[in-house]
Amino acid sequence: MQFFFEVLIGGLLSGVLYALVALGFVLIYKASGVFNFAQGAMVFFAALTFVGFLEVLPGWTGLEDGGRAVFWLAFVLSLTAMVVLAIATEKFVLRPLVNQPPITLFMATIGLTFLVEGIAQGIWGANVRGLDLGIADVPIEYMMENFNILISSFDVFAAAVAAVLVAALALFFQYTRIGRALRAVADDHQAALSIGIPLRHIWVIVWAVAGFVALVAGMIWGARNGVQFALTFTALKALPVLILGGFTSVPGAIVGGLIIGASEKLAEVYVGPFVGGGIESWFPYILALGFLLVRPEGLFGEKHIDRV
Amino acid sequence: MNLKKTVILGAAVAGLLGSSMAIAAEQFIGLPSYRVGPYAAGGSGIFGGWIDYMQMINERDGGINGVKLAWEECETEYNNARGVECYERLKEKGETGNSVFQPLSTGITYSVLDKVAKDKIPLVTMGYGRTDAADGRVFPYVFPLITTYWSQATTMIKYIAGKEGGTDKLKGKKIALLYHDSAYGKESHAVLEKMAERYGYELTKLAVAHPGNEQQSQWLQIRQLRPDWVILWGWGVMNPTALKSAAKTGFSREKMVGVWWSGAEEDTVPAGSAAKGFTAAGYNVAGADYPVIKDIEKFVYAKGHGNMEDKSRVGSVYYNRGVVHGLITVEAIRKAQEKYGKGKALTGEQVRWGFENLDMDDKRLGELGATGFLPPLKTSCMDHEGSGKVKYQQWDGNKWNVVTDWIDADKELVRGMIEESAAAYAKEKGITPRDCSKEM
Repeated sequence: MQFFFEVLIGGLLSGVLYALVALGFVLIYKASGVFNFAQGAMVFFAALTFVGFLEVLPGWTGLEDGGRAVFWLAFVLSLTAMVVLAIATEKFVLRPLVNQPPITLFMATIGLTFLVEGIAQGIWGANVRGLDLGIADVPIEYMMENFNILISSFDVFAAAVAAVLVAALALFFQYTRIGRALRAVADDHQAALSIGIPLRHIWVIVWAVAGFVALVAGMIWGARNGVQFALTFTALKALPVLILGGFTSVPGAIVGGLIIGASEKLAEVYVGPFVGGGIESWFPYILALGFLLVRPEGLFGEKHIDRV
Repeated sequence: MNLKKTVILGAAVAGLLGSSMAIAAEQFIGLPSYRVGPYAAGGSGIFGGWIDYMQMINERDGGINGVKLAWEECETEYNNARGVECYERLKEKGETGNSVFQPLSTGITYSVLDKVAKDKIPLVTMGYGRTDAADGRVFPYVFPLITTYWSQATTMIKYIAGKEGGTDKLKGKKIALLYHDSAYGKESHAVLEKMAERYGYELTKLAVAHPGNEQQSQWLQIRQLRPDWVILWGWGVMNPTALKSAAKTGFSREKMVGVWWSGAEEDTVPAGSAAKGFTAAGYNVAGADYPVIKDIEKFVYAKGHGNMEDKSRVGSVYYNRGVVHGLITVEAIRKAQEKYGKGKALTGEQVRWGFENLDMDDKRLGELGATGFLPPLKTSCMDHEGSGKVKYQQWDGNKWNVVTDWIDADKELVRGMIEESAAAYAKEKGITPRDCSKEM
């Protein structure tokens, strides 16, 4: 039983990390109705920019290599880079496509993916880099000694960061003017424009916030496995989470992440050995498909009703 | 001298110059490289080292017996379709066509496997590709040079046996194979199972889904299993993730042995301190203190012609692997020139003969400035592998250190499996194996 709980808790903590990536998708989908295929590329771009600045800033500024000042300066500069990316995306990709069908915008984000991946590697190179956030990825001693359950202190830290982000974003959407404007834009671009909501500003804001989420996700995943191209694959982990939780729900991303994380780990351990193992990559999709059959809008998604 | 004479003399001089320029032969080598995309870190190191070596040969020696090396890169992004496109685009370039195709991708290798014999272009797959292609009777144009996955798997068991105090001590030991869930990852299964039957160790296979950035379930199973050793058969992000997960679960990195695609700086640096003590196989070693690398620094980098943007990568595992590609390719062309004419640009068919008659013994490696850098190599019509030897390197937290001499593969076991598999392939494809006694 102890092993079962170990797998379950580990899965739940991984699920929070999936949710963190899924959040980026949800934000943009809520505000613009666009499924942003480039979210994985944005995670890669953000993390690579951050470690890139960590490398070059001591030489440029004379600040202590590995010091706090360099860390925070790199964070601010990376965030600025994500805002610049958001502005450029709005100006060159979204603005010319206002009121176009969602599939057109989706295709545009596929193009954006290749562009962002290329720009990131073009500026910072293709080298694989390590990232140390100062949080040790070691088991929590108390849990090991008292329950013989292995829980990583880093995973708990990551889960806490994700929880704070989700809470902040939920409040932002629910209780601020910008949050309400974002929801209005998501419902209908033209109607939002007609009542004076500045569509361009809203899009820039939401893409910048998604860029911030991508930066945080990239830093956490980068610290876990290294900053490398594989960060773009984190988006694959978010897709079943979105299907399960609903594309428009911030809490849905979290609950979906927890369900996917726990179920894929349990399936790998208890079902995997009977089918040759390595089922983590496709099991969440099967689960999500099952959910789609029962509840097409996801657990927390808005029910779509059309007047006939 | 009147005008008429001047014109005639000028024309004669121009003609002479023109003809001398025309006879300055160039050997073309098409490079299906990948410098962007998911595996760019490895690609930029290997192709960078390879190009630097060829540049050094041109700068230091003026080419191979006066034949300058010329090359062109074609970006594959490690994508099969692009790889085939590059193969077609490169095959007729240069005055004699492409000399050799080395895609550094098992997928691309399989995609062009049937084409190379028809086009008469040697396909060289060092440390990847199809293992049974080592049987040159069935695969005359394919060269899985130096060593194959099967050979490597046997050296891993030999290495572990050495640490345990002999093969007789393997009985009852538990070995977990953590592998990339792909054809590449499954390549070692048959050999490791056969060796398990022979030596009595218990083999547990744990698949990791691509890309391998989530391994919590596998490592929790390892924690429960408590194996004596873990063999890491990983690729890309799977490697640092495995090392970090091992640290998290408290499994000693000293008891982890990696495949040569797990044993580069790109695998250990992202894992930070978790990688310390990890050991991995290699058919080349890391380090810049070899005469061949010193020559590259002297004749290429000192003149500002180096290919690596980040010069600190010179001497890294992947960079040196690229130098090995260059070394062997140049040696094959040199060998082929001995048969088909020194100072001439050769066709792919002629270069193929060079690859099949390589003889890089310790003496020759010494002359090339590469003693200990790669194992001695001798190919033949029967044997397109040529060596099977592997060294093991250990990561000390900052760099790789060689910890063994060249460990020979279990040739008796591997060769039998190669011939069996190649014969099955020949039967399936209707290929009549060559009679090697008639080859020279």
